[in-house]
Amino acid sequence: MSSDIAAILAIDGIASGAIYVLIAIGFVLIFAVTRVIFVPFGDISAFTALTLAALETQRLPGTMGLVALLAVMATVMQVTADLQAGDHKAIPSTLFFYLLVPLVPVALMWFAAGTVMSMPVRMGLSLLLVLPIAPLLDRIVFRPIADASVLLLLTVSMALHFALVGLGLMFFGPEGVRTQPLTDASWEIAGMQVSLQTFLIVGSAVVFSALLYGFFELTLTGKALRATAVNRTGARLVGIRPAYTGTMAYVLASVLAGISGILISPVTTIFYDSGFLFGLRAFVGAIIGAMVNYPVTALGALLVGVLESFASFWSSAFKEVIVFSLLLPVLLWRSLSVGEVEDEAEE
Amino acid sequence: MSKIQFRYLTLAALLLLVTSPLYLNPFSMTLLNYIGVYGLVALGLVLLTGIGGMMSFGQAAFVGIGAYAGAWASALQGYSPWVGLMLAIVLSCSVALFLGAITLRLGGHFLALSTVAWGLSIFFLFGNLDGLGNYNGIANVPPISIGPLKLVASWQMFYLIWAIVLLALLASRNLLDSRSGRAMRALRGGNLLVESLGINAFATRLATFVMAALFAGLSGWLYAHLNRFVSPAPFEVHVGIDYLMMAMVGGATELIGAFIGSALVTLTKNSIQDYLPLIAKGASGQLEIVVFSIVFIVLLQRWRGGLISISSHLLPSPHHEIDGQVAPLSRRPLPHRDETLLTVDQVERRFGGLVAVDKVSFTLKAGEILGLIGPNGAGKSTMFNLLTGALRPNSGQVVFQGRDITHSPQRTIAKAGIARTFQHVKIRPKMTLLDNVLLGTHPRTRSGFFNGAFRLDRKEEAQARAEALRQLQRVGLGDKPFELAGNLPLGNQRVLEIARALAADPVLLVLDEPAAGLRRQEKQALAELLQSLRSENLTILLVEHDMEFVMGLVDRIVVMNFGCKICEGLPADVRQDPHVQDAYLGGLV
Repeated sequence: MSSDIAAILAIDGIASGAIYVLIAIGFVLIFAVTRVIFVPFGDISAFTALTLAALETQRLPGTMGLVALLAVMATVMQVTADLQAGDHKAIPSTLFFYLLVPLVPVALMWFAAGTVMSMPVRMGLSLLLVLPIAPLLDRIVFRPIADASVLLLLTVSMALHFALVGLGLMFFGPEGVRTQPLTDASWEIAGMQVSLQTFLIVGSAVVFSALLYGFFELTLTGKALRATAVNRTGARLVGIRPAYTGTMAYVLASVLAGISGILISPVTTIFYDSGFLFGLRAFVGAIIGAMVNYPVTALGALLVGVLESFASFWSSAFKEVIVFSLLLPVLLWRSLSVGEVEDEAEE
Repeated sequence: MSKIQFRYLTLAALLLLVTSPLYLNPFSMTLLNYIGVYGLVALGLVLLTGIGGMMSFGQAAFVGIGAYAGAWASALQGYSPWVGLMLAIVLSCSVALFLGAITLRLGGHFLALSTVAWGLSIFFLFGNLDGLGNYNGIANVPPISIGPLKLVASWQMFYLIWAIVLLALLASRNLLDSRSGRAMRALRGGNLLVESLGINAFATRLATFVMAALFAGLSGWLYAHLNRFVSPAPFEVHVGIDYLMMAMVGGATELIGAFIGSALVTLTKNSIQDYLPLIAKGASGQLEIVVFSIVFIVLLQRWRGGLISISSHLLPSPHHEIDGQVAPLSRRPLPHRDETLLTVDQVERRFGGLVAVDKVSFTLKAGEILGLIGPNGAGKSTMFNLLTGALRPNSGQVVFQGRDITHSPQRTIAKAGIARTFQHVKIRPKMTLLDNVLLGTHPRTRSGFFNGAFRLDRKEEAQARAEALRQLQRVGLGDKPFELAGNLPLGNQRVLEIARALAADPVLLVLDEPAAGLRRQEKQALAELLQSLRSENLTILLVEHDMEFVMGLVDRIVVMNFGCKICEGLPADVRQDPHVQDAYLGGLV
């Protein structure tokens, strides 16, 4: 392999690694606050890409149906819960938050259908449309079992992923999509053509990670989220509602997933079921960061991107084998460096 | 349900199963075959997840290894299917050994997620290896033959499959009721207790993992010869999740849950395939997955323990006859009275900048009771953890019976004869009192997995049971040995811990606040017990806050404050010591 090829592969790898960084950080965020390993997270990313592609060709995106379906389900569940608790006064706010708010972007999309939109508007709308999915799923699936063990939550999360992939096929169809490039411009650096798009991808990953960091460090809501992550009971005692911080975590993470979907859609062809593999690759990064450490997670995700890019050059058939086998030495290193861990008592 | 009723019911169910080819049509027989094949994988998962507390999404990969081993050996290489069976067993076990060695030290969810990763890797390998037919797979797998008889019809395969299934079920049941099985059941809830009992937690996890992989590999081999065609698709990760669903929906805490789950999932899938097209015309295979996943989520939301949890009261409660006449387990020789047993020399332990134990030295003589006291935060529990190997000192030396144990792991120290109890009681609440105490006998007994599974351990097991019952009686809990430990009040749980420690036949008993939570009479009984143990030449080190209890019982006292030893001596002298009064009364006297 010449150094030119190596450089190109490295740049490619860093670009896709940057996208995995966003997903991996989202994984860590949701896990830390809710203890749910949200496997369908990659699917949210893929659905954003599919939504964007639909808007580009002036079609109605399948996301509308999905969001509407989830909003109705969540509303029915919450209203039933309100009624059972005898809390009739809560019903208007339930209707507002669970039905009206998620349906706003759907309605917007409905009215804007068929019009030609500029690229930033399309991106904004797609992002807005996928935002409600994860919080609604949280209400429907995870809140009834919020106190269950991590492993039970993980199993449910896996099942949810398969339900979503199935729904994805119904709402988006089997075709793969690839959106227009963000920009065609490219620069020559040290004798190599590097597209501006690569810079945009890496730049956005850096900017949004930094924004998230600022949010956690500087805002009260961010601190509440961190508090919940450290100790749920303690957070409750000082007046933080875990259900609220959970929803916040899902919304924030969905922003990350949405952005990663927008960034990845011009780079590779996306199918309704592409999300799982993105998610898993990002997940390898998250494990390198032990599901708690954001900077190490980001580095890990970058490493996965670079490795993937080199692996597909060496042997595209064994690309996935190589990437997922990477996890084994990482785990070995983790298990040797962490030493014996005392599991949470799950009896 | 009584034990007799349960026996008859089991017998009736077996009879119904054995005669099923007489009244079931071939299609139903095929379904029954698949229930058995899938149930075998789920059985491994019950052992792994429900019993051992490790979750695997990757079992489908082991099924694949077994299936490909069978198909490759018989269809491509022309060997007998039985050679394929050997290959399937060897391969699935050795791959499991390798993967387990790398991953099984990890905690709960990391382990679970790593299984997704290797599950995917192995799946992609099947699809990309030329020698295994890539994504097209291997066709024309020959049937299994026994002598001249070829097992082609579904009823013929039925007998082979269910013979293997019943054998696996029986072996697993036996195993759980043996020394190694108890170690497996103790894994859930953390390593600290397990290691303090002299059990190698990692080796036990690894053995459990290999066993689950073996069942999956066997299932794969059966699958290859049942289906007569092997391709990568049935070994994808989402199938691995189907297997997990079977175990969890059926109930992962009971072995039979695996087959309830397997039957439920197989039949539900079958009827979704049958009825879904009637409800939704032109429904695709994807809709099946959606419906199936939703059913699964709702089931787990409603019954976290699986279906068996609804009917678990129907299962007979565990009960064993205990033969009191059996020869006792051999005991280790105790040291002579007043011989130096334990020397703690300049031991120091720091946590970051905090010096929890600061160059503390003391000695312990055989046959005495030494009290370790001090205000909260004095470093007593840290000292305890240093002695028992739960923590390592930064400097200093601990010598036990002439042997340096400063850096020995917990289980080595446990085996050397130091048995401990915990300040925060660590018992296994879902196990009976007897089983909890039996855990203590682990280092005194030998039987391994194989002996346990095939009941070659009964003599030793009877000895161990008699010993455990004797210790239960000794601490005053002998009247209900088959009660679940979790049902005891906290005070009695502490006493149970002492019985468990005694079952290990220790030289030194290390008790962390044994009287906390006991009522007055119970404290008195405990003091009498400890005194009688001392009269048998057992050495006891105890941390305690209850001064009345300590002063009346111990021979000598060591007082710690802020990590340092401030005084050592007879109870009466210690009471008069100005440093001690200072430490306890805050310097006002």
